[in-house]
Amino acid sequence: MMGNEKKKINLTIDGIQVEAHEGEMVLEAARRAGIDIPTLCYHPAVGPIGSCRVCVVEIENGRGLPASCVTPVREGMVVRTNTEAVREARRTVVELILASHPQDCLQCERNGKCELQELAMRLGIRESRFHREKEHRESDTSSVALVRDPEKCILCGRCVKMCSETQTVGALGFAYRGTDALVTPMFERGLAESKCVSCGQCAKICPVGAIHEKEEWQKVADMISDPDLHVVVQVAPAVRAAIGEEFGIPAGTPVTGKLATALKRLGFDAVFDTQFTADLTIMEEGTELLERMKTKGPLPLVTSCSPGWIRYAETFHPEFIPNISSCKSPQQMMGAVIKTYYADKAGIDPDKIASISVMPCTAKKFECARPEMNGSGRRDVDVVLTTRELARMIRQAGIRFEELPDGEFDAPLGISTGAATIFGVTGGVMEAALRTVYEIVMKKPLGKVEFLQVRGMDGIKEATIDLGGTKVRVAVAHGLSNASKLLKHIKETGETYHFIEVMACPGGCIMGGGQPRSVDSDIAVKRAAALYTEDRSMEMRKSHENPAVARLYEEFLQKPGSDIAHKLLHTTYESVDEAAAASRKEAM
Amino acid sequence: MSPFIRAHILVCSGAGCVSSGCYEVYDSLMHALEDQGVLNEVKVIKTGCIGSCDLGPTVLIYPNGTFYQKVTPEDAREIVEEHIVKGRPVERLYPKRATGEMVKNISSLDFFKKQVKVVLRNCGVIDPENIHEYVARDGYEALAVALTDMTPKDVIDTIKQSGLRGRGGAGFPTGLKWEFAQRVNAEEKYVVCNADEGDPGAFMDRSVLEGDPHSIIEAMTIAGYAIGASQGYVYARAEYPLAVSRLTHAIKEAHEFGVLGENLFGSGFSFDLDIRVGAGAFVCGEETALLASMEGKRGMPRPRPPFPANEGLFKKPTLINNVETYANIAPIILKGPDWFRSIGTEKSPGTKVFALAGKINNTGLVEVPMGTTLREIVYEIGGGIPDGKAFKAAQTGGPSGGCIPESLLDISMEYDTLTKAGAMMGSGGLICMDEDTCMVDIAKFFLQFTQDESCGKCVPCREGTKVMLDILTRITEGKGQPGDIETLESLAKTIKNTALCGLGQTAPNPVLSSIRYFRDEYEAHIDEKRCPGGVCKDLIRYEIDSTKCRGCSLCAKACPVQAIHPVASEAEVAKAAGGESGQKPKRKTYEIDNSECQKCGECMSVCRFDAVSRR
Repeated sequence: MMGNEKKKINLTIDGIQVEAHEGEMVLEAARRAGIDIPTLCYHPAVGPIGSCRVCVVEIENGRGLPASCVTPVREGMVVRTNTEAVREARRTVVELILASHPQDCLQCERNGKCELQELAMRLGIRESRFHREKEHRESDTSSVALVRDPEKCILCGRCVKMCSETQTVGALGFAYRGTDALVTPMFERGLAESKCVSCGQCAKICPVGAIHEKEEWQKVADMISDPDLHVVVQVAPAVRAAIGEEFGIPAGTPVTGKLATALKRLGFDAVFDTQFTADLTIMEEGTELLERMKTKGPLPLVTSCSPGWIRYAETFHPEFIPNISSCKSPQQMMGAVIKTYYADKAGIDPDKIASISVMPCTAKKFECARPEMNGSGRRDVDVVLTTRELARMIRQAGIRFEELPDGEFDAPLGISTGAATIFGVTGGVMEAALRTVYEIVMKKPLGKVEFLQVRGMDGIKEATIDLGGTKVRVAVAHGLSNASKLLKHIKETGETYHFIEVMACPGGCIMGGGQPRSVDSDIAVKRAAALYTEDRSMEMRKSHENPAVARLYEEFLQKPGSDIAHKLLHTTYESVDEAAAASRKEAM
Repeated sequence: MSPFIRAHILVCSGAGCVSSGCYEVYDSLMHALEDQGVLNEVKVIKTGCIGSCDLGPTVLIYPNGTFYQKVTPEDAREIVEEHIVKGRPVERLYPKRATGEMVKNISSLDFFKKQVKVVLRNCGVIDPENIHEYVARDGYEALAVALTDMTPKDVIDTIKQSGLRGRGGAGFPTGLKWEFAQRVNAEEKYVVCNADEGDPGAFMDRSVLEGDPHSIIEAMTIAGYAIGASQGYVYARAEYPLAVSRLTHAIKEAHEFGVLGENLFGSGFSFDLDIRVGAGAFVCGEETALLASMEGKRGMPRPRPPFPANEGLFKKPTLINNVETYANIAPIILKGPDWFRSIGTEKSPGTKVFALAGKINNTGLVEVPMGTTLREIVYEIGGGIPDGKAFKAAQTGGPSGGCIPESLLDISMEYDTLTKAGAMMGSGGLICMDEDTCMVDIAKFFLQFTQDESCGKCVPCREGTKVMLDILTRITEGKGQPGDIETLESLAKTIKNTALCGLGQTAPNPVLSSIRYFRDEYEAHIDEKRCPGGVCKDLIRYEIDSTKCRGCSLCAKACPVQAIHPVASEAEVAKAAGGESGQKPKRKTYEIDNSECQKCGECMSVCRFDAVSRR
């Protein structure tokens, strides 16, 4: 529509004529024109904040040096981004940050991949003219998923904006004033005591080492070295869409074969694919959906693969708990299957199996530690590593990932379909479910496998699928603010949906809190493309076509929704407030 | 009701006088009047701040305008018995000039002579808790005129023509601000009054709210009509409970009177007003932080644009002015822009209220035409510097402003000249400093304030002011290094240029202006490790001149840390050495042990022989 088109604005940046649109910021216009103004607090995932003042520029006839990330373009504006005054201001600002920043870079999780380090290097800062003592603050290690190190925090505000606006969790906020200012959960308590859902989006966009996943890869390396342990690994779909970035491979390049090879070279005894249990999830969840549609309730059925979303629902929307699918996430299904079916088949004592998973996610660390995740009679998954941790392990082992030949996952738990691959992107679980449900209900093959209505990066997507006269209404939300918006909409309008997919992270698992950090604004689209490309290239693209899953049912689980399937593959949820009240009662 | 009131007794009830006991004085007056049986002939009114806070509690009696200072409850009884009943003024309660001359009438008091009261027109005159008194002083007439005779555009044009500039600090043209807010098309708009007055020493906004709350209600209602808003909010500091309670009372009265609420003056225009109380953060005086705080968020500024006129409270177009600005509105509507322009200067029309504080004889609130010179304010109104000391500088604009040295005493006090001099109008705090002030120490004080109050959001303000403060602290401790002044200047420049909000952008001003006018003092601290003002403890020593010391021991007794010890005087030692052996010297002098000395100066002030000196 013409009416929606934004007004064009012409301005000059460093002598270059630039066309921008109304409302655009100088920084964005400059970057499009090939001028890379340095930034620190700015991140495409949360937009401008305006706190670090590194991106300052000179504007003709303007006052002071405004921050270009929050200065809207104006017609005829003349901007200079590289004058003496600008350079001096940027240097001073970065030196001021460094004045109180710990200088223990060598021991920092972010060493070599730190935005502050890079910036200082880029601005040619070898030492800071300033120094100020900072009050010592202990790290917060209370969470099983995330570690906060307030001493390293530069107060850029990215995490606060992400947590409160994009995720509407609000576990992190600012406290105190002046140099006492602090990013912290309320009352300076530990993250574990806060409403944090462990989604890790804060850790993914922290420019420095102030928030990161709880690192456990050393523990896994030790397990591999233990001859008494049979160490099994599973790897989630989204990992293959991004881990290549850690080794300089362009974003969007699928590296599934290299990933399988790398895991084998690291010494894992068996290398499985979480996609196998993604297919299994579709069988269980699809059955659950069809049953709920038959018995009228409770609908909509809401997906349960994303542990950040589960925790969010338990914390902020317990009224929707009856709607959430009882299916465990693919990670936990795999854990339960490994220590029962696989242990039995391979003739290994399940107590001697160490079950490791590699996830794009920090909430998975929280999930595997939930007390009820012991369907096999013991911890179903022992350790969860993030994509970033795995990359660290690979580097430490001296494996040149980018040069690896393609390998394959081990059978039978490494066999999967294209439907499982797209689990890693928003809309993917929905699309996978629809592929299977359609064929089961209609008893005929799908003409076109893709359901494009549920693809893309719109925050909330809706579609209506005609299943032989039954109109199935579905919706997809990613990012917790969108999930919250959708749930509020349902509560307020009573609009009926049959099936809803929610992923906690904006973009889905490909943008999970454990994924490689990136400041590329198109990163989600690139990673999604990797998964969709892989899906297209697969022979089997529907979960119910997975022969290994079929065999699992034949040999062990009987049929979807059976008693043993329920024991191993399904779970329950609990309102956080009610759980807390119950435990208080118990303590009394 | 009495048929005839023969006298009015005004009891100043500004917060200053409340603290010094004016309510007890009021009670005592009432009892005495009753005892004397004249209660129905005399009307006693608790007014807002009269302005001369150092003289409180003050009582003003009309007719005649007799002004009594530092009145106690016992004095109050005497005032009734003598002045009211017998017609004999209580002369001992008159204020006195420095010459000792008594001033019996308020209008002949120097403090009030040069003042022109527009903003404070009703403060100290009416009972702020009685709407009738406000109405009797033409209150709500401007609102009636605006609503019945003027279009919103007429109102805005009038304010624009008056040349009124925002009294909150930067002096942005008020009419233009109103026009911006009016121009935005929106169903809902808000009018906000910034009453988060936080500059140390400034209290004009508090005085207006306490002494004349209806003037703000009236002005905000007019503003609502002009821009098309039907809801207003006053954001008041939590530290102003009296202002909040008087304003709350006034809002209730205004509702009962029908000058606030639905369909005002039958015009179809409706307006309502609520109060939001802050939580004690200086930065909430910055308009975007103020809005965040009103929305229930942490008071942190955000980048502008969008300006509040386009996207303000709850993302709705919002007009924000401060208390003093609003207090000018009703008179401008009633008397016209030409009248307003006849006061003050061309670029800064109208009056400005200053809060006189520091080393000056008369402290309190003064309202003078813009363009009055600093000399007139300090010497003619303020009565000069106490104890015959020399004027050194005056700080205007609080922690955002700068100092004006003695050489600029004839500066015209208006927005642009002050900015040019490296200071700032700010909210009108005016702190006087005498020869015993250390300018480095003053700069440090203000920077400490802004550093404490920085919201911590942007790097230049949070980190930069701290680094500057650390340097200043070093300098005052005698650890200054060559190059410190240049580093301070360069940091100040970066902070001014790059900080996010007004608080940060102006934070270096006290340092820059003190370097500009008193660079030699900085150099003395750094190069000679000497504090010319005799303030920086690490740079001063107290010594006792043994030739002047009479050994009276007063200093040793006064010393709070027992750092002064007796020693034999040289004369006695010599005598003992040359004279008969074994004879102890009889007369002692005293010596200060500088390792224990806390530099309080008590010894110097008690010595009767001028034997203690400071170096």
